[in-house]
Amino acid sequence: MGLNRRDFVKTTAVAAAATAIGMSLPNTMKAANPEKSEGGWRWDKAVCRFCGTGCGIMVATKDEKIVAVKGDPAAPVNRGLNCIKGYFNAKIMYGADRLKQPLMRLGSDGKFSKTGKFKPVSWKVAYDEMEKQMRKTLKELGPTGLGVFGSGQYTVQEGYAMAKLMKAGFRSNNLDPNARHCMASAVGAFIQTFGIDEPAGCYDDIELTDTVVTWGANMAEMHPVLWSRVTDRKLSDPDKVKIINLSTYTNRCSDLADVELIFKPHTDLAIWNYIAREIVYNNPESMDQEFIDKYMQFATGFVDTGYGMRTPDHPGFSDLEKQTVKKEVSKKISKEEAVTLGYLGFKEGDTMEMKHRKTPKGHWAISFEEFKKALDPYTLNFVARLAKGNDDEDLASFKVKLKLLSSLYMEKNRKVVSFWTMGMNQHTRGVWVNEQAYMVHFLLGKQAKPGNGAFSLTGQPSACGTAREVGTFSHRLPADMLVANAKHREVSEKLWKIPAKTINPKPGSHIMKIFRDIEDKKIKFAWVNVCNPFMCTANAKHWLKSARNMDNFIVVSDSYPGVSAKVADLVLPVAMIYEKWGAYGNAERRTQHWKQQVVPVGQSMPDLWQYIEIAKRFKLKDVWGAQKIPGLDAGLPDVLDEAKKLGYSPDDTLYDVLFANEEARSYTWPDPIGEGFHNTEVAGDGRTIMGTNGEEWKGYGFFIQKYLWEEYRSFGEGHAHDYADFDTYHKVRGLKWPVVDGKETQWRFNSKYDPYARKADVGEFAFYGKALKSIAKGNLQGIDQSAGKVDLTNKAKIFFRPYMDPPEMPNKDYPLWLCTGRVLEHWHSGTMTMRVPELYRAVPEALCYMHPDDAVKLNLQQGDLIWVDSRRGKVKAHVETRGRNRVPKGLVYVPWFDEKVLINKVCLDATDPISKQTDFKKCAVRIYKA
Amino acid sequence: MAAKQNMNSRRDALKTLFRGAGLLSLGGAVWGSTAVTLKASELTLRPPGALDEYHFVKACIRCGTCVEACPYDTLQLATLDDHTAIGTPFFKPRLIPCYMCTDVPCVPVCPSGALDVKKIAKQNDGVKTGKPDINKAKMGVAMLDQEACLAYWGIQCDACYRACPLFGEAITLEFKRNERTGKHAFLKPVVHRDICTGCGLCEHACVTEKAAIFVLPRSVATGKVGAHYIKGWDKDDEERLRNLKEKKTEESSPEDELNDWEYLLDDE
Repeated sequence: MGLNRRDFVKTTAVAAAATAIGMSLPNTMKAANPEKSEGGWRWDKAVCRFCGTGCGIMVATKDEKIVAVKGDPAAPVNRGLNCIKGYFNAKIMYGADRLKQPLMRLGSDGKFSKTGKFKPVSWKVAYDEMEKQMRKTLKELGPTGLGVFGSGQYTVQEGYAMAKLMKAGFRSNNLDPNARHCMASAVGAFIQTFGIDEPAGCYDDIELTDTVVTWGANMAEMHPVLWSRVTDRKLSDPDKVKIINLSTYTNRCSDLADVELIFKPHTDLAIWNYIAREIVYNNPESMDQEFIDKYMQFATGFVDTGYGMRTPDHPGFSDLEKQTVKKEVSKKISKEEAVTLGYLGFKEGDTMEMKHRKTPKGHWAISFEEFKKALDPYTLNFVARLAKGNDDEDLASFKVKLKLLSSLYMEKNRKVVSFWTMGMNQHTRGVWVNEQAYMVHFLLGKQAKPGNGAFSLTGQPSACGTAREVGTFSHRLPADMLVANAKHREVSEKLWKIPAKTINPKPGSHIMKIFRDIEDKKIKFAWVNVCNPFMCTANAKHWLKSARNMDNFIVVSDSYPGVSAKVADLVLPVAMIYEKWGAYGNAERRTQHWKQQVVPVGQSMPDLWQYIEIAKRFKLKDVWGAQKIPGLDAGLPDVLDEAKKLGYSPDDTLYDVLFANEEARSYTWPDPIGEGFHNTEVAGDGRTIMGTNGEEWKGYGFFIQKYLWEEYRSFGEGHAHDYADFDTYHKVRGLKWPVVDGKETQWRFNSKYDPYARKADVGEFAFYGKALKSIAKGNLQGIDQSAGKVDLTNKAKIFFRPYMDPPEMPNKDYPLWLCTGRVLEHWHSGTMTMRVPELYRAVPEALCYMHPDDAVKLNLQQGDLIWVDSRRGKVKAHVETRGRNRVPKGLVYVPWFDEKVLINKVCLDATDPISKQTDFKKCAVRIYKA
Repeated sequence: MAAKQNMNSRRDALKTLFRGAGLLSLGGAVWGSTAVTLKASELTLRPPGALDEYHFVKACIRCGTCVEACPYDTLQLATLDDHTAIGTPFFKPRLIPCYMCTDVPCVPVCPSGALDVKKIAKQNDGVKTGKPDINKAKMGVAMLDQEACLAYWGIQCDACYRACPLFGEAITLEFKRNERTGKHAFLKPVVHRDICTGCGLCEHACVTEKAAIFVLPRSVATGKVGAHYIKGWDKDDEERLRNLKEKKTEESSPEDELNDWEYLLDDE
């Protein structure tokens, strides 16, 4: 695949004259006000339900049904375009098997039975049983016996309400989103590097850059609308603009790319260091010395941190599993690691004990000289040999590509954006490899500038807006605050108007650990919100079994009967996106709100209502007394006396205190913003729904969504997390935070664009994030206790991180790498898109993509049914040797949207030790005919 | 909606989905219908390796062996309602496309030669090996209705492009700037008819209500340029001249023509 392959680009570049930036909006773009058209349709603005791109759409309703959608021409992200998932937004809500009433497993006596069959029950019966089960668990295990699976598909208000309910109400931090599987490594690196979460840049970088490098990001399929912007940028100046695609197999980004680099799984760690070595050793003039001196600190950290697995002594492991899991405790140093970990004195065959698996985040400042020394082994020869991922490519050609890659990064005056998603995040050294991206961009001074930057994309529509910004993680509070930080708890308790010391200071279980806790009987009540974790979590057999075979109670709130609902005890039907009010935040920090367009189908009710209704069932005296917390000797104190001082009675419910307090009730309904629109939670919606108390649901009577938004935004105000007020978002097409004095921010940390950077007043940039800004000093080998600490106020870090092998690699028994991922046509686990007949027909099943030569070797033919088998489990799939993904020999790719091909039974639940994000991209499998 | 269990064979994968459709078409057969046709139909898609429509219908003995051999139930035997010779095999890609089995089980089993392995014979250094090569099949050719194609609207679709078994060859994407938005690009699918086999996976995958890309028999879908003009800018175009079968014309001389004049005076 040479540089000259893309002649067609030249021929189609005639139209290059149009100015991409700052063009005026065409007349067709209408104001945000809902329009009534002739046919009785109402058009109103909303957001696409699917990925993190955040396309604006217009929704047409008629007779309480969504009848059509169109891309919103006024939306800056997509200017009226969509991908085909977005194209079918109108159809996702009306699948034939939509859940319409609560369903519970009932025994022959009509009461709940773990082994019973699902039967319809009333909301009251459902909530009576939920309350009973929660009380049983609280009594037996305390607050940590509860667990909630959230997601980056929560609306902002839903995530905020659940975080408040769990952390302020039940005093449990066991709330974690499936976003943990998606961008936790990005978060980890943001916090470690910048001290504050989320990207510096925005999508405008695409039009402003000269170079797009995709690292483990198949944007062409996963962010199609952004990819069409990248394509347009390429067409606008085909000779100047370069696109480089780094991947472990040929994906659709290679269609546009000038150069494609197929690398061996996990060796991205070495490639980044090769680029850094080229900069530091061979082209020091390319470094932005002033930028480095003024704003940067070199750093490194522990390497013996394990792989986020449980230790092999766990009784749940089979002998086969233990072959891999034993590496959590210690591992043999490989030939490659002997080179890359030589600076720590390791030699091939040595044993590395995982001494820092409990403190993987530990890092310290080092000098530039030490940093440079550590990069020494990453020569072109070493890295090319280690990283070349396609046996059919010769080494010389791969070297040429590596050199070209580094020279594009280094070229003075060439702007470069590095995009990545799951390839770098789902990685047992995901935080490291994210940090390496910043390392290269920082060395060159190509970060936080228009058209320049390392840019982490997100997968889910509100991974940023809810999971991260609201903080629905087990260790977080809103606005980047942490439960383990006493000051942060105090701030949160004040804003929530709850007694001091209510919040549990011990971080809860991350999503992988919630599953492990269920298997270990430490969590016995689990509630699944807006996701399908039993399908999307690696090593699924363990979790499916423990849901069904053990003494626990699993509640699943969902709209369709997915895998998680199938293994639940109680299924609650939820309102889908346009059946409720909400807000999402996309990957460029853009927050977008929408209004409820239609009445939910059947008896389904909004998630927000479901969370708040359970709050009515618990009184302060049930949860705010002293509580035992495993691992926290003193436990949680009794705060009921303090509560009295705040004017609460022990008999007040969590609903009274957290959701229907005086301030909440001050947001009255009706409100001009809601005129002409339903609000099921607030005022009912014309359906006769018998509520959780057995009486007809009439609504809370106050504007709960507005209240939650306004309270939530008070957390970030003045702390570089500023949002606009509720009403503003209903007039605009989203705003990129921080929104200061009504103006959004395009490039953070850059004084020209970011008022917070200006305020810091330390020059052109200010990396003003507050976290981890005082660190120890040391050298490559470790911390020097006598050297004191270094203060990094307004600075960021350049980390050195070495290459290490992943915990499971192909061998003679399991000779192939397995990589999993998505396809354009389907969203995540397919619960919605597999119900759209057109999308189902387009891609009805997940195929196992395999190199034709591997198929011949295994005596397989195109279309044959095979077993994909690992140490943990196996699934059947059909072989595909052609088609959209062209894998190199030795690697197979299976998408995970298809519940008939439950590939997560095969995947390894190893995680990054810092971020706890699972590596879905690498494990070893064998394949044989079924 | 989704079939619940893992499929045991390639055939099962689709049987469950589309069996209903097959039965329906059988049930529609009405004796005494006047629409009985035994003639070749210009609009019917035939299995790989089929002779041209006229000779295919003449040669086919309606034995159904190819239909039996098809592991995906793609091929059906025509009934009265199918507007083609009753009992001959054909397929409708929107229902079940041809999955282009690499072993091409439907062709070698044909006892009559109506499906001819030679037409799709694998070539090795230009020599036909006698083994079938499904990529050589010419069952039809995909046509694209640009007005109904979402990609031509600017929607990021390309479902057909990704569904194509000859990925990146039979359908490629043409990248063009979207002037209206000023910052996106069209990724427009373009069919290359020399490579397209007419398998119909694109038609099957198309997400519009009625497929915007669909397969027609090549005889219907393709035009033909006369060999009297060759593209001066395309060296390969001379192939058309070289491949031109020399028509043997009777030698005649101008003298003979001149001598043939008496008819001019014929009165009747």
